[in-house]
Amino acid sequence: MSVEALTASAILPNRRGTLGALSDYFWRRPKLLVFLLVAPALLWLGIVYVGSLIALLLQSFYSLDDFSGVIVEEFTLKTYGELFKAQNLDIIVRTVSMAAIVTLASAIVAFPIAYVAARYARGKWKALFYLGVMLPLWASYLVKIYAWKLILAKEGILNWVFEQLHLTWLLDAYLSLPIIGGNSLSVSFTGTFLVFLYIWLPYMILPIQASVERVPTNLLDAASDLGATPMQTFWKVIFPLALPGIVAGSIFTFSLTLGDYIIPQIVGTSRLFIGQAVYVQQGTAGNIPLAAAFTVVPIIIMGLYLWMAKRMGAFDAL
Amino acid sequence: MRNTPRASWPLKLAAAAGLVFMLAPLALIFLYAFSTEEKTYQWPPPGLTLEWLAVAWQRPDVWKALTLSVQVATISTAIALVLGTLCAAAVSGSRFFGRETISLLVILPIALPGIITGIALRSAFSLMEIPFSFWTIVLGHATFCIVVVYNNAVARLRRTSGSMIEAAMDLGADKLQTFRHIILPNIATALLAGGMLAFALSFDEVIVTTFTAGQQQTLPLWMLEELIRPRQRPVTNVVAMVVVVVTLLPILAAFYLSRGGEQSVAGMGK
Amino acid sequence: MSKLASIPAVSLQSVSRHFGAVRALDGIDLEVGEGEFFAMLGPSGSGKTTCLRLIAGFEQPTSGSIRVFGDAVEGVPPYRRNVNTVFQDYALFPHMNVRENVEFSLMLRKVDRMTRQREAEAALELVKLAGYGERKPGQLSGGQRQRVALARATVNKPKVLLLDEPLGALDLKLREQMQDELKVLQKTLGITFIFVTHDQGEALSMADRVAVFDHGRLMQVGTPEEIYRRPNSRFVADFVGSSNVLPPAFVQSMFGESRWASLRPEAIHVARAEGDGEPHLTGIVVSRAYLGATTRLGIDLGGTLLHAVVASTEDAPVEGERVTLGFSKDAVHMMEAEG
Repeated sequence: MSVEALTASAILPNRRGTLGALSDYFWRRPKLLVFLLVAPALLWLGIVYVGSLIALLLQSFYSLDDFSGVIVEEFTLKTYGELFKAQNLDIIVRTVSMAAIVTLASAIVAFPIAYVAARYARGKWKALFYLGVMLPLWASYLVKIYAWKLILAKEGILNWVFEQLHLTWLLDAYLSLPIIGGNSLSVSFTGTFLVFLYIWLPYMILPIQASVERVPTNLLDAASDLGATPMQTFWKVIFPLALPGIVAGSIFTFSLTLGDYIIPQIVGTSRLFIGQAVYVQQGTAGNIPLAAAFTVVPIIIMGLYLWMAKRMGAFDAL
Repeated sequence: MRNTPRASWPLKLAAAAGLVFMLAPLALIFLYAFSTEEKTYQWPPPGLTLEWLAVAWQRPDVWKALTLSVQVATISTAIALVLGTLCAAAVSGSRFFGRETISLLVILPIALPGIITGIALRSAFSLMEIPFSFWTIVLGHATFCIVVVYNNAVARLRRTSGSMIEAAMDLGADKLQTFRHIILPNIATALLAGGMLAFALSFDEVIVTTFTAGQQQTLPLWMLEELIRPRQRPVTNVVAMVVVVVTLLPILAAFYLSRGGEQSVAGMGK
Repeated sequence: MSKLASIPAVSLQSVSRHFGAVRALDGIDLEVGEGEFFAMLGPSGSGKTTCLRLIAGFEQPTSGSIRVFGDAVEGVPPYRRNVNTVFQDYALFPHMNVRENVEFSLMLRKVDRMTRQREAEAALELVKLAGYGERKPGQLSGGQRQRVALARATVNKPKVLLLDEPLGALDLKLREQMQDELKVLQKTLGITFIFVTHDQGEALSMADRVAVFDHGRLMQVGTPEEIYRRPNSRFVADFVGSSNVLPPAFVQSMFGESRWASLRPEAIHVARAEGDGEPHLTGIVVSRAYLGATTRLGIDLGGTLLHAVVASTEDAPVEGERVTLGFSKDAVHMMEAEG
């Protein structure tokens, strides 16, 4: 069969039967094709998933009858009022403070790592930094918590290190402090804080690294050319340009800490965080409306946070 | 091309300390799996042994959980690959009005705290009177796995020049042939990387799973149980190590796959 | 042209393409003869590329009809049109080697492997890339990629080959070389070539006929000589070559007709103003650009600036010098009336 014979006409015939006809049909109706492509995901995410989110939200406007323990399906703000009871307000304040401290600490710890990785590391070191961030990011969440349980245990490595340095007295003094102390590190807020810090740290490093990498080198040359000392260059040029990265990272660390309920359950005191409260209310307590109202708290806080972050231009660094 | 200045000592020290902080806990997991100590988390380990590998190997509950996790992750990944690729193809192939909405919808399940997704799905299942089963776990996992595949595919499609698709059509390839011969080969590594990440995400998931699993235990649920009520610590140590290995292998592979893609892009810029 | 008497290779009848309120193409009538080397010339946004995309089938006309060798192609997908395109960015498939790229259209037509390889090798030979089959597009230079794109688009002998700014991405030297090669290739293959360019020199030197586009409208169609010597509008005169556009007042003072006219720079004779004789026109040289064999002078005629090209000799006029200008009335080409 020669090539010429096939190309006699200006319009080629359909030689693929049904498949070809189907293809022609969709070529004439590109919108139908797009619709069919997104339909399955849209059906699941748009209807079932978003639907159940809305249903959950609606439940927060119901209330639990205190005597019968039955959910009253009438619109009320009573459940939201319960959030302001001392014990519940305590939970919210505790969680938000923890989220804020974790965010601040991770920004401080993450910055040197991200800065060196972005500006100085080359070749082998760059790969090491990359893996140093990616491995902990992707390693199993529970295993990471477990690793910290090993580290913080009374007979674990941290106590051993203090002992070897003859500093056990220092650790004991720290643990005897109110609020942050406790029987041992693994049942104190300090322990909870360390685990949060460890687990969310990669989420802070990556956006900072991305934004530092985006600072053009000639900008720094220009700054030093104009007579800025390295410290001045850092504070006047690099830091402001890296700030959107820090804000972007803080969105993750803040939001993830607000919503977590497993870390404080395994490492920490018996006092509840928002996530645990939601879990307890929807589970053993059977108070779905209060659980739903509790879930609204992180959503509102994150909404405000995102709104502020957007105004600071943090989304460009994502 | 670009001169690399030297970092100051305090900065280097802080970065190095940071790296140790990031990696040491993972290394510790590997060491504890071989500790002879049975009852406590004693440091330093009094001795090293391979005994616990064998003990863990013979635990039917571990095997059952591991099998379930692999099955769930495989099927969730498959669903996510199909749905994520379709969505990405639709979004990048046209400029229809809803593309921003689609992106937002796909990202929502990982943007919201897991506990919210978990409770929402749980209440949806009970509302629709769907009993908890293997499939409710899969549905939950697929929900948040789609985004990984979607993001990878969209990023790669964005780098695929639009005229390439027109060129294929111009040379006689219909829609299906263009997809098979041109689009698919070009996004294959992105899909592979996305699929591996989705697998790792599903294999490791615990928060949503607590809400969508009935009596069945995935490996993370088994781990959680051990963390809250430890029964046999050495077995947990071994399982922890195995989990790290199972999740890290696909991550490393995905890293090399996507690095290849980025290198070719960087190479073009030079 | 005798070939136009037979069925035209491509014909457009009052074709329009609107994107919302934007009229990318507005009422185009055009016929391209079989075997012609046809250029579509215009600035960016003039509609020339849209016109090409309509013929290829990537876009559909809002109204009007397009025929390829007499067959109406509305609603016919690009993959069923026996028309191929060479893309501006070449659009080679990066995951295939050169041979697979060239064989792609044959593979889709289920041509057997042996024939495919033979045809692909022949097509590569025609563009002087024999033996490059196993390389990947990423390993080729810009000029080589362009040749692969040509081989790929011509291997299945399309009825019409469309070229979108085919030389736009090449440097000057390579561009001149490729101009000649494209001409030869077109003669060898005997395929109708339609190419889009914004470079008037390219259009004039390569094409049998040129269509000039502006703001979605077809301004003029003709041979390069017609377009160059007898532009029908100020736009064409301005855009094609560097003709002097004479305003109606000026033309009236000389020829008694209030119309726009064009005058090619090389048709003006320049001489030094000598004595107090009564010259036809006098002016002062205000700019002087050395172009190699010739020198271009800008001459101010008391408010009207004319360009003239003179031989680059030792005694060519310099800036500030008074000169007299002369040109025959035939060299002045009348265009549209003022309005």
